[in-house]
Amino acid sequence: MSETLSIHTPPAASYSRRISAYLYGRPHLLLSILLLPPLLWLGIIYVGSLIALLAQSFFAIDEFSGIVVHELTLDTYRQLFSFANMDIILRTASMAAVVTLGAALIGFPIAYYMARYASGKTKAFMYLAVMLPLWSSYLVRVYAWKLILSKEGIIGWTFEQFGATWLLQMILDLPVIGGASLSVSYIGMFLVFLYIWLPFMILPIQAALERVPPSLLDASSDLGARPGMTFWKVILPLAFPGIVAGSIFTFSLTLGDYIIPGIIGSSRLFIGQAVYMHQGVAGNIPLAAAFSVVPIVIMAIYLTIAKRMGAFNAL
Amino acid sequence: MRSNKKQGSREAGARWFKVGAALGLLFLHIPMAFIILYAFTTEDKSYEFPPPGLTLKWFSVAWQREDIWAAMLLSVKIAAISAGTAMILGTLAAAAVSRSRFFGRESISLLLILPIALPGVVTGIALRSAFNIVDIPFSFWTIVIGHATFCVVVVYNNALARFRRTGASQIEASMDLGADGFQTFRHVILPNIATALLAGGMLAFALSFDEVIVTTFTAGQQTTLPIWMLSELIRPRQRPVTNVVAVVVITVTFIPILVAYYLTRNTDTVAGGGK
Repeated sequence: MSETLSIHTPPAASYSRRISAYLYGRPHLLLSILLLPPLLWLGIIYVGSLIALLAQSFFAIDEFSGIVVHELTLDTYRQLFSFANMDIILRTASMAAVVTLGAALIGFPIAYYMARYASGKTKAFMYLAVMLPLWSSYLVRVYAWKLILSKEGIIGWTFEQFGATWLLQMILDLPVIGGASLSVSYIGMFLVFLYIWLPFMILPIQAALERVPPSLLDASSDLGARPGMTFWKVILPLAFPGIVAGSIFTFSLTLGDYIIPGIIGSSRLFIGQAVYMHQGVAGNIPLAAAFSVVPIVIMAIYLTIAKRMGAFNAL
Repeated sequence: MRSNKKQGSREAGARWFKVGAALGLLFLHIPMAFIILYAFTTEDKSYEFPPPGLTLKWFSVAWQREDIWAAMLLSVKIAAISAGTAMILGTLAAAAVSRSRFFGRESISLLLILPIALPGVVTGIALRSAFNIVDIPFSFWTIVIGHATFCVVVVYNNALARFRRTGASQIEASMDLGADGFQTFRHVILPNIATALLAGGMLAFALSFDEVIVTTFTAGQQTTLPIWMLSELIRPRQRPVTNVVAVVVITVTFIPILVAYYLTRNTDTVAGGGK
């Protein structure tokens, strides 16, 4: 503290002094006063809403009147496990898995370089380069890809310049992942998801790698391991919790997103879109609620496994 | 010599990682460059590349659009109030958690992180159906409530890291020197946590300013800037104007993030490490 404190004890104990003295003797009271506002806010507004939502998934909609019947039933869940809906869930989960894998592959070299080689200004620059996209506008970044992936956009143009339009066409003709153009194909959607969530993968891996003591690597090489072996046997296992921590984000965020599949990709639904559609146009809140239970359950399982792998220490 | 050889292959490894890292960073940043480029294109019916010509016209067109100004103002207001609320709630929670051990202390972090850990669509629909159940009409304030809820954790993380660094001895010294609790807070605690708080607030502002998923569920007729952008994305009307707005949004969110970074860059926990 640079400034000198000018504290004059008032002649008679002031109100503030009496209050603080009272609180000082009762730490539990002070603790409750501190905790009450945030707990009330999150407890009532957030957890309350969440429970109310989950409860609604045990109601069902009357098929003829379209009104929610307030009786406990598992009908909605039976509906959720129908073939069409399982298809949506599987599609979303596979996309989340592929995006996670891609993010780990691309993110690792960046994180590794940041942690092991970069220092000083380079490191600060790289840190900012990863952090800025993490916090900056999600929509704008999705929008950028709309420009890039469109038929007349840069990717199509580049293929044309190299006389390789046939190659692009061949890729687009691939079953399942192809489409009429990149912006309505799963390849396009994958690229956008990868781009948007990549920073979430880099930072936890970097944090995990930073914690690997250099002496450990020296020890490994002293014991005769070549750099490649040190990488596979020492660095990668120690970075793994970081990768798992990053995968929590990439997986969960892809699982719940409904904007990207709506803007880039085919008309086939993803979980987020199903939730949005059922609560909005269809007015089927119970089914929407049941659908939103899916990512919660998947993430709960995922987090349990991740915790066992020690991913939380890398967060 | 053996060590030289080792050095050599380590260098080769470094080169590969350098190339990989550079490519990865380019992948992260080149798309933004296209947004900026397209804000100057003369062509407004498609996303033709390369742009047939460059013009500054769209900036003045966007400048005169009242709907954009209204959306921008609304987003700034919402972000400011949400970040302010989050700063109060997050600091209180961080103060409590850092000061003492109590039953359920671990669950507080979980509770605070939940709104951001669960998919936005879950948070959004939960809030929406809750507002419907208790008959609260959707308004400016329902948006703020939603945003403040997921912004708390950002401030909390920043404040908690700083509180842990600030030893209890300073507070005790202040008390021993005769300051009461409020004076200690004002003269000792606050100056210590101020930059962390501000950094958290800045990040919360950026987070709220940019939020679209929860907002689509908690807004009534209000059009925030992200909602305006989303409607343009789904049904493009004047593409270059959207590009100009996108450039503005990039600028508006970059500033608070950079400020947050510089406020905390010399501490062991830099703001923005996690979202």
